Amino acid sequence: MPTFVYMTRCDGCGYCVDICPSDIMHIDTTYRRAYNIEPNMCWECYSCVKSCPQHAIDCRGYSDFAPMGHSVRALREEEKGTISWKIKFRDGREKNFVSPIRTTPWGSIKSPSDYAAPSQAAFKAQELAHEPEALNIGKLPALTPDRLKQGVV
Amino acid sequence: MFTSNPFAELSASISPIVMQTYVVVMALLVVGGTVYDTLHKKSAQYFFANWRKAQNKGARQVGGGEMVSLAIQTVAVEVLSAGELCTARRRIAHLLTMYGFIAYVITTVIMVFGYPTPATPTPAILPQLWGIGGLMVCAGGYWFWFFLRVDVAAEGHSRFRVVQADIFILSLLASVTLGLIWAALQAAGSAGTSVFLGLYLIATTVLFASIPWSKFSHMFFKPAAAFQKRVEDANGSRSNLPAPADKPETFGSARTEPQHY
Ligand code: SF4
Ligand code: SF4
Repeated sequence: MPTFVYMTRCDGCGYCVDICPSDIMHIDTTYRRAYNIEPNMCWECYSCVKSCPQHAIDCRGYSDFAPMGHSVRALREEEKGTISWKIKFRDGREKNFVSPIRTTPWGSIKSPSDYAAPSQAAFKAQELAHEPEALNIGKLPALTPDRLKQGVV
Repeated sequence: MFTSNPFAELSASISPIVMQTYVVVMALLVVGGTVYDTLHKKSAQYFFANWRKAQNKGARQVGGGEMVSLAIQTVAVEVLSAGELCTARRRIAHLLTMYGFIAYVITTVIMVFGYPTPATPTPAILPQLWGIGGLMVCAGGYWFWFFLRVDVAAEGHSRFRVVQADIFILSLLASVTLGLIWAALQAAGSAGTSVFLGLYLIATTVLFASIPWSKFSHMFFKPAAAFQKRVEDANGSRSNLPAPADKPETFGSARTEPQHY
């Protein structure tokens, strides 16, 4: 369900523009309010919905399966660490959900720059960064160089 | 500079009556422009339709006393301290511009009507407040224009790109800047004073005459919208937003401030 902006609530702060990973939240040049320039390209990640301090962004279902009349609203409460969703169906039914903003404490994830730079040997290895320890396993099965070409004609 | 009333000095060449008439015409343009803007955009109609809808959907009635308290909160938080703006920088720039403009306009009116000629000496505080107000508008306004505007900060557009939404801030900055330059030249007794007076009047006329196309009337609409938002929260209609989580589980500590522009 791509997003859209209630222009009367938006104050043009640009948070949604800043956060949208597909770069489709833009600022209208006449009214300086945000809008989704390309709903078809929306990832539906709802980063913008959750980040909007004015609660100006709603989600809209595609008209083939959710014709007009429904609404999806989100309320983010940072102090409480929750996001509440209110889904209203066309027939008036309502569903409410509360979910955690995240399940690990803030600041508990190391930033990439906190890790030591990989060695030259690590660059040549077949494992990705922090494998295998990040997968919580001792060792990943890997092909040795002499077996790599086996079976290749 | 800022020790003498520039309008009293001006009375040597322009009659105070002309200046006073000009101020009255500008005030009428503000009233007329705002009324036209309201009718044209149907914003009042939308506002009251939305108001009724929120009343009907509300889980409870908000009483008179509570309304008054909500109105006071709106004035204190949204109006006087620009609480709706979420980042400190935007808020400070807005407050500088707003209080600067208020001081500048009020002192202009007092000086033009109360002390129109050197015959009635102007208290020193008035030209000083006029100058300080003008400088505050410049500080907040240029900061906003060059660094904080969302399409400059978020979308990386050139800071010299002008769109319709900029009429208000640009004409405000032009009016105040040219007014200060005019007053400075006049105090120094240098040539070019009348050129800057002319430019100052043009920019000021644009500022007050462009209301139907500019953001000027947000000064009147925004407080109304902020008040309505508070009433919607109080009566339970909450603009369709979910109810705040009552006693949520703790999923970790509250996060630090995001570092937006
Ligand atoms: S839902 Fe995600 S992809 Fe879609 S506009 Fe919002 S931030 Fe961008
Ligand atoms: S985050 Fe919300 S208020 Fe800010 S520009 Fe986007 S829609 Fe408007």
